[in-house]
Amino acid sequence: MNCTEFLSKMTDYFDGEIAPDLLVEVRAHLCECSHCEVVVNTTRRTIEIYKDNEIYEFSPELRERLHTAIMAKCVPSAR
Amino acid sequence: MTAIQSPVTEEIHPDVALVERAKGGDVSAFEQLVRQYDRQIFRVAQHITQNREDAEDITQDAFLKAYQKLDQFQGNSKFSTWLVRIAVNESLMRLRKRKTSKTVSMDEDVQTEEGAIPRDFADWSPNPEQQYGQGELGDILRKTIQGLSPGFRSVFTLRDIENLSTEETAEALGLSVPAVKSRLLRARLQLRERLSRYFRQKKESTA
Repeated sequence: MNCTEFLSKMTDYFDGEIAPDLLVEVRAHLCECSHCEVVVNTTRRTIEIYKDNEIYEFSPELRERLHTAIMAKCVPSAR
Repeated sequence: MTAIQSPVTEEIHPDVALVERAKGGDVSAFEQLVRQYDRQIFRVAQHITQNREDAEDITQDAFLKAYQKLDQFQGNSKFSTWLVRIAVNESLMRLRKRKTSKTVSMDEDVQTEEGAIPRDFADWSPNPEQQYGQGELGDILRKTIQGLSPGFRSVFTLRDIENLSTEETAEALGLSVPAVKSRLLRARLQLRERLSRYFRQKKESTA
């Protein structure tokens, strides 16, 4: 497996949706290619950082304001 | 021959009962669904539109639309996926109206080769986030995801931030599963490449 082939399998590898025989090839490639190993590790960190950090504030005030506005429109006659 | 039947029938999602009650006119059941998903819908809208006011409007519109169209919800998918799909459509429509973005179609961004091939192979610091204060880190993450095209942003948001499955993401975005996978790879690689500028290990620290 070369780097291009590895990249084409990376999403399936991350998502655990990879056939066992391909998984062996992927792991072998990662053992011998430090570049792809870095790409895998830093991509994993990229996903984790975005998951762990709520980057847009959703304050209780905003939440209440939206809630009130939504419910005011959702009267039974609106359906 | 039929296989041995499992004593547990398919688990019914608690939303199904709420939706049924809401369909029957129980506004409090719908209110519960709003409480459950308002944060997620706001986050999806804000990620895709990159605009706070739009995200507020879209959150309201998406729930109102869902309420008005409850009878059309057949329960073939999760209620949350159905709701996210409404919010995504509203968000993309909003972007088209604003026309500040060059690519608002879900199909255009696939043409670009940018970010398809990794170029930066520097490893990151062990705890890259700790190099920055919370405020600064937020700025970096917002700026970085803002640089993605809306199509890539949408896929990354649904799949990686909101934890939808590949199939649910495909359904919410009206894309095929292979299209989701290919966009997700590009989106992840582009974000990684851009974050590397901030998080790469400093040469001095390895000495």
